[in-house]
Amino acid sequence: MNKGAALSTAEPKGASRWALRMHSLLIYVFFYAPIVVLVVYSFNDAQLVGDWRGFSLGWYEAFLDNDNIQESIWISVKVCVASTVISVVLGTMAALSLERFRWWGQKAFDAVLYLPIIIPDVTMAVMMLAFFNETSQLLNLIPGVDLSSGLEKLVFAHVAFNISFVSVVVRARLANLDATMEEAASDLYANRWQTFRRVTLPQIMPGIIGGALLAITLSLDDVVVSSFVASVGGTPISVYVFGLARKGVTPLINAVSVVMLSASMLLILASLGFQRATQFAREEK
Amino acid sequence: MNDSSSAVELKNVVKKFDEVTAVDDLDLTIGDGEFFSLLGPSGCGKTTTLRMIAGLELPTAGSVSIHGEEMGLKPPNKRPVNTVFQNYALFPHMTVAGNVEFGLQMQKVPKEKRSELIDWAISLVEMDGLSHRKPTQLSGGQQQRVALARALVNRPEVLLLDEPLGALDLKLRQQMQIELKNLQREVGITFVYVTHDQEEAVTMSDRIGVMHEGKLLQIGTPEDIYERPTTRFVADFIGRSNFLDATVASENEVVLSNGDRLQLQSDHETGESVAITVRPERLKIHKKGESSTDQHQLDGIVETVGYLGNAIVYSVSIDWMHLEVRSSETSNSRYSTGDEVTVSFDPRYVSVVSG
Repeated sequence: MNKGAALSTAEPKGASRWALRMHSLLIYVFFYAPIVVLVVYSFNDAQLVGDWRGFSLGWYEAFLDNDNIQESIWISVKVCVASTVISVVLGTMAALSLERFRWWGQKAFDAVLYLPIIIPDVTMAVMMLAFFNETSQLLNLIPGVDLSSGLEKLVFAHVAFNISFVSVVVRARLANLDATMEEAASDLYANRWQTFRRVTLPQIMPGIIGGALLAITLSLDDVVVSSFVASVGGTPISVYVFGLARKGVTPLINAVSVVMLSASMLLILASLGFQRATQFAREEK
Repeated sequence: MNDSSSAVELKNVVKKFDEVTAVDDLDLTIGDGEFFSLLGPSGCGKTTTLRMIAGLELPTAGSVSIHGEEMGLKPPNKRPVNTVFQNYALFPHMTVAGNVEFGLQMQKVPKEKRSELIDWAISLVEMDGLSHRKPTQLSGGQQQRVALARALVNRPEVLLLDEPLGALDLKLRQQMQIELKNLQREVGITFVYVTHDQEEAVTMSDRIGVMHEGKLLQIGTPEDIYERPTTRFVADFIGRSNFLDATVASENEVVLSNGDRLQLQSDHETGESVAITVRPERLKIHKKGESSTDQHQLDGIVETVGYLGNAIVYSVSIDWMHLEVRSSETSNSRYSTGDEVTVSFDPRYVSVVSG
């Protein structure tokens, strides 16, 4: 019946057993009922979400016809990919510098690095807005950067808070990594880069992937900071949906959400499949 | 020992961590092909010394050279030495073969040559058939062997070992001591071995350097160190010893605190208070008044008797102190508590150390 996992000798009996089952059931309902409702009502043939008028794919048609929504999704995806890549690289570097080196100002940097985790989103948003007002001309001097489109602003803002989260996750992994392993690599004729590439990186990879997933989620989820810094015509989907909802919640929002939900489910399934495949390949070897 | 045959040479090496001096003006020459042990209690600077040879630490002052070549600021990857770390530091994401191959890959050894060397190293440490395992699937002793193979496969000029047997249980440790010694003879590489276990050092080494508080107190063969310690610390740290307070009377005479005069050579100054040290097994025990060939005799009373199977340890109280006597006579002429006895010793087995 049970495979692998050790069975507790104190298996609940009678009432407590039922209580436990009900507890699990309630939790599942709590988690998944809203999603089920969301999906079901996305097929609602009505103007209002709560009012079931029969099955229809009309809202999906409306979604496909709506260029603004599709463009917002693209903006979100672009900002998400760019900010995740940048913050993973910078966050990992920050984690490495804090864990593996000693330098002047390190303690101050360490404290400041985690500020974006602590301070409220609204404060962060106002900060970013003020920052861009003051420095947009300077930042525009960087080749390839044009803040007026808004896309770069979003990327900058998302990187600003994502670095902290990535470096926390990567650092936790690094702290558990035995530093003598790196000494052993250099003793075995590896230079610094080879040591990082062949010994450190493979072992902190789970932390980096975890940090990247967190960054993706935070970037896609963010409404507050994004709504402050986004320019007209450059709103990410989260901000767009928030705006839609203010005009009245139509099943269009449901349809958009279902599309996004399906996309993320597909991504998760793909990554699970990829993990399985590499694991099998390794065991075959 | 001349330069051409020295594998490692340390000159006036000092290492300070902030204000703490870990290694204090150390001079040491280790011969080519030698099994040399650095022995001392924890915190004596032996591991720091080893790490400075490896390049994992840089000396605050002084020079380190390997086969006559000054190492200076060279990083570990540019030095012809390899290290076996105390906790092995195996790469957990690589197989046994991957771990052993790592150093060869970094040195850009061609592929065919690599697999040849890997096979050689893995069979050298008797790990054949386990090369596809991950380190986590191995026992402590097996991990130890992989760490050895990973270092030896590079045929380093000097192999540095930092308490490599520390994590193993006693039986395995003793077995590995013999294997390590045989291995060293087989490959002919200079071994520098750091340990706090005096028995381990004595069993394996050609020569031992005893360290204490950052200083090298004595260098010599295990026999030198054991039979002719030059300091009280060395005599006390290695094996068991009796210390009898004495005063230097002249170049070749010391006076014990009971007035007995002993003909002993020492380079201590006249009038200096010293101690003479004698090993428990070098003391002989007789019935009081029984004649002995030994020149030096002290009368006393047996206080305790400890039976060890292959020996008996007596604690004999003489006028001003207790002496530990270890006798291999376990059946005949056995003494019991309260017996009046005479303890005698041969001055050849006695050393004079600073009090």
